Amino acid sequence: MNLEDRFQDYVDGENKVEPKHWMPEKYRKTLIRQISQHAHSEVVGMLPEANWITRAPSLRRKIALLAKVQDEAGHGLYLYSAAETLGADRQDLVADLLSGKAKYSSIFNYPTPTWADMGAIGWLVDGAAIANQVMLCRTSYGPYARAMVRICKEESFHQRQGYEITMTLAKGTPAQKKLAQDALNRWWWPSIMMFGPSDDNSPNSAQSMKWKIKRKSNDELRQEFIDKTVPQAEYLGLTIPDPDLKWNEETGHYNYGEINWEEFYNVIKGNGKCNKQRLEARNKAHDEGAWVREAANAYAEKQADRKKNETHAA
Amino acid sequence: MSTKDNWKIWEIFIRSRNGLSHKHVGSLHAPDAEMAIKNARDVYTRRSEGISIWVIPSDAVTASSPDESEPLFTPADDKVYRHPTFYEIPDEIGHM
Repeated sequence: MNLEDRFQDYVDGENKVEPKHWMPEKYRKTLIRQISQHAHSEVVGMLPEANWITRAPSLRRKIALLAKVQDEAGHGLYLYSAAETLGADRQDLVADLLSGKAKYSSIFNYPTPTWADMGAIGWLVDGAAIANQVMLCRTSYGPYARAMVRICKEESFHQRQGYEITMTLAKGTPAQKKLAQDALNRWWWPSIMMFGPSDDNSPNSAQSMKWKIKRKSNDELRQEFIDKTVPQAEYLGLTIPDPDLKWNEETGHYNYGEINWEEFYNVIKGNGKCNKQRLEARNKAHDEGAWVREAANAYAEKQADRKKNETHAA
Repeated sequence: MSTKDNWKIWEIFIRSRNGLSHKHVGSLHAPDAEMAIKNARDVYTRRSEGISIWVIPSDAVTASSPDESEPLFTPADDKVYRHPTFYEIPDEIGHM
């Protein structure tokens, strides 16, 4: 039995692959790509929400949003750390993001023009992320799975925070309810596109499923999310902007309308409303933070030298 | 962007409550141990997960090789007499 077959057997046995295990080069590469994209998404994902921190309508909303954005930074870290266990270099990963070479979730290229967008993002975008991340808790690569377990624990407050915001608006004045409906109208389709195209149109899916990196198909996850979310919208008296959305008694799932994949591919290519701003913001943050990194470096070097001289003197 | 700084990787261990062992929770980059602890506090204890932090440079950790796990661990597998269940104690004795 060759190494590849042995590896496949190991994975088929629901065993976790750890950093020091032999693994096919393609397994390593595909995981580095997927995990780093996930990490980049967390970090870029901080931007559309950070936009509203200074303008949150109450202290409670402000501290919750701040805590959520801090969490996203932490999530990015867990994921960069997981990618590093596969031999990726952090600075290379960051450089790829800043240069525009690396991809991140297309959802974060949409703008957040109103406070209600904070509700929609927490409820729908984090909701969709949760469906994906719960599945990934069972991914075959150990460090990635463990990062997902940690992230899932923290993610549920994110969704609740978003739903609470939407609920407050939906149960408020007519103008507030309109804000909530408008945000739902703008975020619904991008959110269900987050799961990616149908797996026959998704080039990496088959191998990912075989290696148990991916445990459910894009369509399965999308259906899961829709089935869970429709009653949540109904409870608030909000209408999901899909005229073809309908409960199917036979399948036990909601039928939904045709997705406009052209928009998805366009946004991924870099033509989304905020692609340029997101990258500019990340580059600005990186450049303006350089003095902090340099100062910390210089201090560490100074301390190390001091210690060396002390031992010599002794 | 080409100058690599010397922020090495640290493995982070957290003790969640008195009496429990430190558990590995992940890693982070920091220029020295002091900053590693501060960063670990910010990243890994946001929800009061711990009362003690250990930070260890990643290169200080030596891991056993998965390829050698068989010769390393099988000697223990056939020594069932190391387990209490191997020994028969009469019921009259009660708990032992």
